[in-house]
Amino acid sequence: MIADNLPALLVVLPLLGAPLCLLLNRGTAAWLVATLVAWLVLAISIALLWQVRGGDALHYAFGNWQPPWGIDYVVDRLAAYVLLIVAAIGAVVMAYARRSVAAEIEPAQQPLFYTLMLLCLAGLLGITITGDAFNLFVLLEISSLSTYALVSLGRDRRALTAAYQYLIMGTIGATFYIIGVGLLYMLTGTLNMADIASRLAPVAGTNTVHTAFAFITVGLALKLAMFPLHLWLPNAYAFAPSVVTAFLAATATKVALYAMIRFIYSVFGGAFTFSQMHAELLVLPLAAAGAFVGSVVAVFQHGLKRMLAYSSVAQIGYMLIGLGAMSVTGLTAALLHLFNHALMKGALFLAVGALVLRMGTTRISALSGIAKQMPWTMAAFVIGGLSLIGVPATAGFVSKWYLILAVLENGWWPLVVLVVLTSLIAVVYVWRVIEVAYFEERPADAPPVREAPLSLLLPTWLLVLANLYFGIETGLTVGLAGEIATDLFGAGSGALPLEAAP
Amino acid sequence: MGDDRVLRVIARLLIPFILLFALYVQFHGDYGPGGGFQAGVIFAAGIILYALTYGVEPAMRLVPRRLLAPLAALGVLLYGGVGVATMVLGGKFLDYSVLAHDPLHGQHYGILLIELGVGITVAAVMLLIFFAFMSREG
Repeated sequence: MIADNLPALLVVLPLLGAPLCLLLNRGTAAWLVATLVAWLVLAISIALLWQVRGGDALHYAFGNWQPPWGIDYVVDRLAAYVLLIVAAIGAVVMAYARRSVAAEIEPAQQPLFYTLMLLCLAGLLGITITGDAFNLFVLLEISSLSTYALVSLGRDRRALTAAYQYLIMGTIGATFYIIGVGLLYMLTGTLNMADIASRLAPVAGTNTVHTAFAFITVGLALKLAMFPLHLWLPNAYAFAPSVVTAFLAATATKVALYAMIRFIYSVFGGAFTFSQMHAELLVLPLAAAGAFVGSVVAVFQHGLKRMLAYSSVAQIGYMLIGLGAMSVTGLTAALLHLFNHALMKGALFLAVGALVLRMGTTRISALSGIAKQMPWTMAAFVIGGLSLIGVPATAGFVSKWYLILAVLENGWWPLVVLVVLTSLIAVVYVWRVIEVAYFEERPADAPPVREAPLSLLLPTWLLVLANLYFGIETGLTVGLAGEIATDLFGAGSGALPLEAAP
Repeated sequence: MGDDRVLRVIARLLIPFILLFALYVQFHGDYGPGGGFQAGVIFAAGIILYALTYGVEPAMRLVPRRLLAPLAALGVLLYGGVGVATMVLGGKFLDYSVLAHDPLHGQHYGILLIELGVGITVAAVMLLIFFAFMSREG
């Protein structure tokens, strides 16, 4: 019974855990429920990945309504891969949350906080697993609406304007997406992704499909913060509670990128996207500009969270370069960086959360000499930073290596220079923090600061060690990402297998 | 608006019918147009009309605010609980056919229950939003 219903349980568990947290109305009890749910979800996602590792997709028809009429949840390797990273980050962040949330959020709002986190988790997992274009919109709204509320819970009053800004931009993105889906529905009469893909070929030359493609990609580009549609991101990340920042930075934009990959390769098809629409002509320059501008702007930030947020804009640029390379290696690099960037930004933002707990600020200048007081937190930050730069033996190196390979394959020398140059800029902004924390003296009148509690350090170090592990043992990430990319390119433009009734 | 006698009398006459109509839309939703969402909104609109004509304080005495959030959560749990029940009975999530011996009855019970969940949640959330705006100081 449980084994058959795993794809549904993956989304249903957090969706039901959320109202339970609200009913319990106690911060600690809600945290226990949320953490339990998050770890169960992680176990489910591992089980799903295990089941589809051979390449066969799992289908789950909701309410036993067969697709294309009913909602079909599809777990193929691509979905399982993204589910794993979202669930893993969710589990780690939730375990970390208790102390950080207790310090940053009023007691009365803590149950609401965990309710929203679980809703957001359910939405992100649902986007990844669903095979229905409209269902994806619903889940996108579930995750987005809860995200807006989560961002607004930040202590700084500017969190409210940041959340509002994100609300407006995010709603425009979601609206564009649903307009595109509406146009596709008008032409094909179906909302099931695989079904749309199979009916798209005869009408692929029409302006309606071109318009639908434009709306869907721009809508999703807003959600994944593609330069120059990233304007909501720095403020949202900077003012949200630390736990929320870590969770969003590691999952939300990744899931939007996944949705874009899904639409490009499983619905529209790579041939349509690149040979007919020439999306790469738009994506590549913007991705390159994002990687450069994001990195440069990050150097000049005074706040730690805002610096890392601009760095995220740059990292999204890398993923889009991989996507725009239009090759198996390029897509492999994009998928790898999707996974590895979640690990490094997760680790970095969790370390920042520990600093916030003890210092109450994220200003870089306030961190002088802090490495003596908080050696473990700062060590975690340093290793996360090395991974962000792409130093060998960290996860960041692996994805950048594949990205450079992909770019070289196409003979795009300027982009190689760009990737190396922006990595060097990353050295600059990571070093700024290290210099202040390790090489400056702590002011004599500064209050003493203790190391962060174990409940924060353990999850942070779990992600830090994952950064090192996946930098050395690349079987899971590179192997799987490569197979997924080959899948998407082969087998008739990588269409989802149309459901065969079990 | 609170002192308008005509409005108060008419509202007093109308509110019971609005609430009754909400229940009609709720429980007739499986055969006719309607369902939980519309019913929840109509029900909440009845209470909101009461609050607008008789004041927010009496409305909040009628529907205590601290009950609303738990009610909203309960509605979602009822919806999801039906899904879990169908899984326990060996079906897919929200496959109502397994809820009764006759699949047709099962579908019937299932849709009534989940729409009840939707109705409770929508009504509670509508009132929560209304009270949140009305009770803001300053």
